This record gives sequence, structure tokens and C-alpha cells, in this order.
Amino acid sequence: MINAVGTPQSLLLLGGTSEIGLAIAENYARQRSLTVTLAARPSERLDAAAEKLRGLGATVRTIAFDALDLDSHQKVVDDAFAEGDVDVTVLAFGLLGDAEQAWQDHATGVELAQVNYTAPVSLGIALAQRLRKQGHGSVVALSSVAGERVRRSNFVYGSTKAGFDGFFLGLGEALRPDGIHVTVVRPGFVHSKMTEGMKAAPLATTPDKVAEVVVNAVRARRELVWAPGQWRLVMSVLRHIPRPIFRRLPI
Amino acid sequence: MEPATFETRTLTGWGRTAPTVATVAAPTNPDHVLDALKQAGPRGIIARGLGRSYGDPAQNAGGLVVDMTGVNRVHSIDADTGLAVLDAGVNLDQLMRAALPFGLWVPVLPGTRQVTIGGAIASDIHGKNHHSAGSFGNHVREMELLTADGQVRTLTPDGPESALFWATVGGMGLTGIILRATVALQHTESAYFLSDTDRTANLDETLEIFSNGSDDDYDYSMAWFDSINTDGRLGRAVFSRGSLAKLDELPKKYRKDPLRFDAPQLLTLPDMFPNGLANKLTFRLLGEAWYRKAPKQARGQVMNLTAFYHPLDMFGEWNRAYGSHGFLQYQFIIPFGADAELRSIVRQMAESGHVSFLNVLKRMGAGNRAPLSFPTPGWTITVDFPIVPGLHEFCARLDEQVLAAGGRLYLAKESRTTPETFHSMYPRLGEWREIRRSVDPDGLFTSDQSRRLGL
Repeated sequence: MINAVGTPQSLLLLGGTSEIGLAIAENYARQRSLTVTLAARPSERLDAAAEKLRGLGATVRTIAFDALDLDSHQKVVDDAFAEGDVDVTVLAFGLLGDAEQAWQDHATGVELAQVNYTAPVSLGIALAQRLRKQGHGSVVALSSVAGERVRRSNFVYGSTKAGFDGFFLGLGEALRPDGIHVTVVRPGFVHSKMTEGMKAAPLATTPDKVAEVVVNAVRARRELVWAPGQWRLVMSVLRHIPRPIFRRLPI
Repeated sequence: MEPATFETRTLTGWGRTAPTVATVAAPTNPDHVLDALKQAGPRGIIARGLGRSYGDPAQNAGGLVVDMTGVNRVHSIDADTGLAVLDAGVNLDQLMRAALPFGLWVPVLPGTRQVTIGGAIASDIHGKNHHSAGSFGNHVREMELLTADGQVRTLTPDGPESALFWATVGGMGLTGIILRATVALQHTESAYFLSDTDRTANLDETLEIFSNGSDDDYDYSMAWFDSINTDGRLGRAVFSRGSLAKLDELPKKYRKDPLRFDAPQLLTLPDMFPNGLANKLTFRLLGEAWYRKAPKQARGQVMNLTAFYHPLDMFGEWNRAYGSHGFLQYQFIIPFGADAELRSIVRQMAESGHVSFLNVLKRMGAGNRAPLSFPTPGWTITVDFPIVPGLHEFCARLDEQVLAAGGRLYLAKESRTTPETFHSMYPRLGEWREIRRSVDPDGLFTSDQSRRLGL
């Protein structure tokens, strides 16, 4: 159960090797004893992540999860809930990929769409049913500022995040009467393996900082947050720039 | 007979934190309660009274919650023996109004009268007279408990099922649903208190006035203390002691109607307070006013119930003043002898930046036989903190010190501790679990709190 000060006892991380996701798990694990389920493809990185969390005193379990195997998602969710309530679920998996390849190579573009949009929808539906039965719980959906106004420079990724963002905002509305809370998080550029080698954008942040934003948002039961918070202002300006000007911006 | 109604509702405790959704059954008689019990699914069932517990003991996410406030008949009150037979949903305000004309008084009153009999037993509540009267369970002569098997068991404190009786006292509703209880009321000649008030200048004086036996001759005593000023004024207090007045002690004007139920309420607060209104500045001002309005020393003042006992009841729904983020109440007890730890904790509260206005200090008397009952001989402190970032860490540090000093938290107030901490605080938890398991092996009676604390 999430307690009066907004701290959970159990966490499910879909995308169990995501750096932001693990930073959230570590943040919670430092606060109190935590049960964590890491769902990801089996790998050494996954084992290392589990070990690190155990080092912080958490009880950790891993389950095999492949975003592209849509038929397996129901079982993944069932397994995750098999040992008791899940207080907070974080959807942290995603692909960035090569932006130019993504719109010119069929396989690359479709894979991006499936991992970043279709799979989250598939899991979101399965999760929603479990959470409604449970009568409580928070879902953290890691979206991106890239989805708020889709840019030419990475529009395939941006469009998947736009869809993702819309789905989870809507799911939050649908689940409100059932006591389930959904927080959509829109980080900007985050230094991580996903962005390794890329030039850092303005307002660049780190997984730990994003985790802090998430923890505070879950505590305050916020529906939509930006990380860092300044992005909210930036995006509300960018959103309204006319297309002829927008396309000339160096972004 | 109409069946009980079921509806889906979002529930919280009095602190308005950690909301969850449950199916709520609202029975109006004991048979309906049995019907509801049969409807319980894999998420279990828990009884709920007036929702005055601060945390989540009367919530059951995804399961069934039985709102017992509709099962509220006062079956009988015997003016001679003082025995009252009451449905579990009868509240203490209702009971007082019914009993006063017979010259009978509710023996244990907490800080509010908006508490049901079932809730009073399940939390084993205490009042300002704990040092003289003990907790609520001490005054229950018999109760009817609906257990997981659908049986209604009649339990007494010393009868064949006394273990289950005492596991139910303070058992937070986890042994079954209390349907009815026989409570021994106390005889009184009036509904007024004769009260003495003293103001102390600092924490030393506050602890001294409690320790020098000065409240031995009074049935009721407590102190409101300052937990905001970190200078020499830290822990200064308004210390009030009193007893119910005998008829010949009352001034003439009260003698005509000495048993009048005199508990005025000014207004009910609207649900429109912003978060953050409860802050250091407003609390400092309120605290200063509270301290100064009390006389430096007064003797033999006649006070009505609200003035002496329930000053907060002047404001209905006062929890709304904390805004939508809610608040938590931190109540702990530390055994006598650990005064240094007590002082240290009070100082940390004042220096923490977490502000509390409602600060109560009380000397507790002997505990009872219930394994999960809160009171034991020692000091109890109660403070209210608005929910802000950092509160979790601060309270976790307090927990460690309370535990190290041999103290414990109160389940009716608790809303955030860890299972490990709680289990260490209540060494008789194992014994309680055994009794519970014997009547509810599958854990049908479940609450958010019992899930959270692994009770």
C-alpha cells in the first residue's frame, strides 16, 4: 500500500533495465523497504540492476518481458501481481533509434511504433484490469517532450510518444473512479545510454533528477509533469509557434 | 426487509491521505451485516465507523467495507447498574445524549465524540482520564462478534473466549465485525467539569508539573504544548486538570439542569482551504493566541464539555483546514524514565521545519490485557503534520528513536510506518496473530492498514 506520505511498498518496472526506471526504484528503495519486480529481457544488465537494488535493501524479482511479444503481456502482468499488490507501476521501456532511418526503413519505423506505442497500449489495458480489481495503485508513464509537439528532426519517435502520452492521459481519466492514479511524465533530454553520443540539448537532465520529479509527482498525485519543470513553459510556447516559423527553428 | 445497499466509494481516513476505492455496504441491522460478510470476495472485508482514524484502517482497496453507522440502536441503558447495551454503530455523541438524563457518563472519551462503539473498541481508544480510568476496552463487559465463519460469538473479558475478546480490543477490526456491546457507564451528578489551569514557561516546567503527582487527584488531565518556538519557550504548555463536578460543587446557576448536554459547535468548515495554509507563520500566531488566552493560573473553573474536553469540536470537519494534500497525526508513547529521549524528540520536532499546532502531552496509566492496545505507562505525545516533502524521512527518524526508547505508535493514528518498525514496537503481535488465525485462517478481515503493515 502507498502510505500517507506517498511512499509505495511495491514497484513494478516494465523496462527493467531503463536507467530512469531504475533511478526511480533506487529512490524509493532508499526511502524504505521495497519489493521490486523488474520486467525485461534477461541480460547481464538486468542481473546487475537487480543486485544493485538488493544492495539498497530491496527485495527484487525479475520476470522475462519482451515488449514486441504482445501475446505474452497478459502473462507478464499476471506474474507481476502474483505475489501481492503492486503499488506503483512504471512504464519505462522505449526505443529512440536513428531518426532518419526510422522514417525511411520500414522495419525500423514499425519496430519503433510497436515498442513505443503498441506495446504500452497492450500492457496498459492488461494493467488497468488488474489495478481496478486491486482498488488502488499508481501508474507512471514515461512520455517525452518530443511527443508534445512533434518535430521534423525525430518525428517517428515523437509521434509514438504523442500517441503514448495521449493514451495514458486518457487511461488516467478512465481509471479515476476506480481509485487508480496515472502520472504522465515528460522528460526532455536525459543523459543515459539511450542518448549516448548525442549532443546534449538545453535543459538536459539526469535519470536521478527525473526520478525525483516522478517521486514527488506520485506523492502529490499529479497527472502530468515535466522534467525538469521548466519544460512546461518552454513547450507551452513551442506548441503555439506557427508551422512556417517552427520549421526554421534549429530544433 | 430491505437488503443492504452496495456502492463504490473512494475512502480515506481523517487525515485525507492515501485514498482507495472499495465497495461499501451500508447495512441498517445486524442481519444485513451477515449478508455483506457472505458477499466478501478475495480482497476481504472490513468494518468502518465514522472514519476518524487518521490513516487507512477503515479502508479496503478493491474489497468490501461495511459502513456500520446505520446499525445504531441504543438497546437499553440501566440507570442503576450503568450498563448500556449498544449496537456497534452507536456513536459516543449519541450515547452521551441518551445516557446523561440517567446521570450516566461515557467512561472514556477521546478527542472527538464522533466515534462509534465498534471503532472505540477496535482502536481501544483512550482519553484525558487514561491515568484514572484506563482505555475503552476496560469498560466493555460483553460483546457480540461476527467472525469469518458467519458465527456470532458472545465474548466477555474473563469468559471462555476471553483471548478473542482481548484480541478484538485494539484489534482494528481484524478479528471480525463487532455487532453489539455492553458498556459500563460511569455515574455522575453533573455534565460539567471543575477545572484547574496552569501555564508553564518551558518543557522542564511542563514535565515537572506532570511528574510531581499534581494530576493524581484529578480524573482528567492533559497539556497543550508549544512545538514551534525553538528558544526557551519550547515545550511551554497550557496544563489543564479537572474532574466531573458533584452537584454541591456547582455554582447555583448550573444546579437547575446539571445534566444538560452542553457542547456547542460554532461552524462547520467548508472544503475550500488551500494547501500550505497550515504553515509556520499561521501556526506560530495560533499557538501564541492559544497560549495567551489561557489563564496563567486558574482554580475551580466550571467548564462545559466543549470548553474543557473538545475545543476542536467548535469547528466541524476541521481536518479540511489542512487542504487537499491532507495531514498525518503522529502519536507515540515513551515509557517513564526515557525523559531525555522525550525532550530530544520534542526539540527535533520544533527544529524540523514540520509544523504542528495540535500538540498534546499526556501521562498514561497502566495498560490492559489486549496485545495490540496502545496505552502503557509513559508519556504520550500527539502532533499533527501537514503532508509536505521530507515528512516521510522525518517521521522515519522519529520512529527509530521512539522504538529505541521502548515506545510505540498508535494504530488509530498510524498511517505511514513500516511493517518492521511496527512489529518491533508490539512484541505481542505474534500472540495476537495466533488468536486471529484461529478464527480467521484465510484473513477474510483485511484493511489497507493490515496489508501495509503485514498484520
